[in-house]
Amino acid sequence: MLARLASPRTGGLLAFAAAIALLPLVLSNKYFYDIAILVGLNAIVCVGLNLLIGYAGQISLGHAGFFGLGAYGSAILASRFGWPPLAAMLATTAAVAALAFLVGRPILRLKGNYLAMATLGLGIIIFMVITTEDKYTGGPDGIAVVPFSLGGYVLQGERIWYWVVGALLLLAVWLALNLIESPAGRALRALHSSEVGAEVVGINAAEQKVMVFVISAVFAAFAGSLAAHYSGFITPSKVAFLHSIELVTMVVFGGMASIFGAVVGAAVLTTLPQLLAVFEDYEMMVFGAVMMGTMIFLPRGVVPSLARWLARWRT
Amino acid sequence: MSAQFMQYLLTGLTVGAIYALVALGFSIIFNASHVINFAQGEFVMIGGMATVSLTAAGLPYLLAIPLAIAAAALIGLALEKFAVEPARGASVVTLIIITIGASIFLRGLAMVVWDKRFHAAKPFTGDTPIAIAGATILPQSLWVLGVTLAIVLALSWFFGRTLLGKAMLATSHNRLAAQLVGINVRLVLFLSFGLSAALGAVAGILIAPITTTSYDVGVMLGLKGFAAAILGGLGSGVGAVVGGLVLGIVETMSAGYLSSAYKDAIAFVIILVVLFFLPSGLFGRRGGERV
Repeated sequence: MLARLASPRTGGLLAFAAAIALLPLVLSNKYFYDIAILVGLNAIVCVGLNLLIGYAGQISLGHAGFFGLGAYGSAILASRFGWPPLAAMLATTAAVAALAFLVGRPILRLKGNYLAMATLGLGIIIFMVITTEDKYTGGPDGIAVVPFSLGGYVLQGERIWYWVVGALLLLAVWLALNLIESPAGRALRALHSSEVGAEVVGINAAEQKVMVFVISAVFAAFAGSLAAHYSGFITPSKVAFLHSIELVTMVVFGGMASIFGAVVGAAVLTTLPQLLAVFEDYEMMVFGAVMMGTMIFLPRGVVPSLARWLARWRT
Repeated sequence: MSAQFMQYLLTGLTVGAIYALVALGFSIIFNASHVINFAQGEFVMIGGMATVSLTAAGLPYLLAIPLAIAAAALIGLALEKFAVEPARGASVVTLIIITIGASIFLRGLAMVVWDKRFHAAKPFTGDTPIAIAGATILPQSLWVLGVTLAIVLALSWFFGRTLLGKAMLATSHNRLAAQLVGINVRLVLFLSFGLSAALGAVAGILIAPITTTSYDVGVMLGLKGFAAAILGGLGSGVGAVVGGLVLGIVETMSAGYLSSAYKDAIAFVIILVVLFFLPSGLFGRRGGERV
C-alpha cells in the first residue's frame, strides 16, 4: 500500500491533484490566475513533448508549429467559418494528428542533429505559411478568437479557465504516466538506449517513434486550441522558432524522462519572463544566461537532480 | 541564357557565398566537438554591427574590419571556455539549448550595446553596378565572391598543409586516437570556436553593405547556414560550400520565378526534401551504427 502511494502513478498523481486544488488559495488576483493558466497550457505541451524527447530520445525543434496549427485551426474554423468551438477544436486536433502521422515517418528516420534540422524546418515552414496567408490568418497582426462555448454556455473568466486547464493537465499527466508504464512505454525507453538493440528484440522502432510523435503533436495542438480560446487572440509569435525553443527548454530544464519535471519546467520558465520584466532592456540577456547556466550546472534537469539528491540524503 | 536568369544566378551566388561561410563555421565546430553551435548566426551579426559602429566612430575600414573580426573571435573563444567546455559530455539536446541560450544572450547584449534599428554599411569600393552578360552586379558582390573564394582556398591550405590544421582534422576523425598521438584536443576545440566566429564575422561584414544589418539578423542567417551545412552533410567542408551555394541559388531563383513571399521558407523546403531521400546530406558520412 505504502509502496503504491510512493509511485508516481498513484501517489504522485494524488499529490499533483492536491497541488492544483490548493493553488487557488495563494492566487490572490486575476494576474496570478492568468499566469497559472499559461503555466498549465505550456505544461500540457511539455508533458507530450517530454514523451518524445525524454522517453523516446527524439528531439523536436518545431513543436511550436503544432501548437500554432492547433491555435490557428480553432481560430479560423470557429471565428471565420462559425463552427462550434468544440467541433473546430476536435477537427483541428485530428488534422494535426494526420499531418504529424504523414511527416513523422520520413522525418523520424533521421537522427540527432539531422532530426533537429528537419523538425526545425517543419516548424519554420508552418510559421511562414501562417504569417504569409494573411487572408485567413491575419498575417503578422494575428487574429481574434471567439470565446469557447458549449451548448450555449460560454466559458469565460480566469477562475473557470483555471479549473478547466487544471483538470485537462491532470488528464494529460495521467495519460502520460500510464503510457510510459505500458508495453509501448517500455518499448520507447528501449529504443532510446539503442534503436538497433530494440529492433533486435522485436520492437518496431519506426512505428513506435511515429506513435509518440503523433501523441506529442496532438497534446501541442490541443493546448494551442485552448490557448487561442482562452486569450481570445493569437499572433504568429506563438508559432515562431523561439517558442519551439522555449518548449524544449522547459522539458530539459524540468528534467528529461520525468513527467512531473515537464510540469515544473513549464512552471518555472513561464513565470521567469514575468519576473525578468524588472530587468527591462537586460531581460533577453538574463534569460539567455539562465538558459545556459541551468544547462551547464544541472544538465539532467531540476527534478531528476533533486530526486537524486534526496535519495542520497536518505541513505 | 536570358539576362534575367543571369541576374538571379549572380544574386544567388552572392547570397550563397554568405551561407557557405556560415555553414563552414558550423562544420568546423561540429568536427572538433560534435556540437551544433546555434550561436553561429550571432557572430555574423557581431561582425556586421561592430564594423558599422566602428566606422561610424570614424575608423577606416582597414582598421574597423580586423577589429570587428577580432572581437567576434574573442567572443567565440569565451563561449567555448565558459559555456561549452564546462558542459562536456552533456547530451545533444542539452548542448543545443546551451548554444541557443548563448545566442539569446548575445542578441540581448547587442540590443543593449547598440540599438534595435537597421544600419546600412558603406560598400567597400563604391556602388556603381557593373554589367555582365546583360545582368548587373554590385562591386560589393564581387567582394563577397572574391573573399569567400580566398577563404575557401586558405582553409584548404590550412587543413591540408599546416600542423594545426591537420591536428584539427585528425581530431574530427577520431578524438581518442588524436589524443593518443599527442594532439591537444582541448586546444583544438577552443581554437575551432575562435576560427568559426571569425568566419561568421567575415560573412556579416561582407553582407552588411548589401542587406543592412541589425541586432537580430543572426537568427535567419544562422538557421540558413545550418541548413546549408546539413544539406552538404555535416562536417564536410566541400559540402558546406556546395550546400551554401546551392541554397543561395535555388532560393533566389524560386523567389524570382515562383513566389517572393515564401523566399525564406524555400531553404527549409529544400532541406526537408533532400533529407527525406539522403538522410545524411549530399556529402555526409554514411555507414552503419555501432550497437
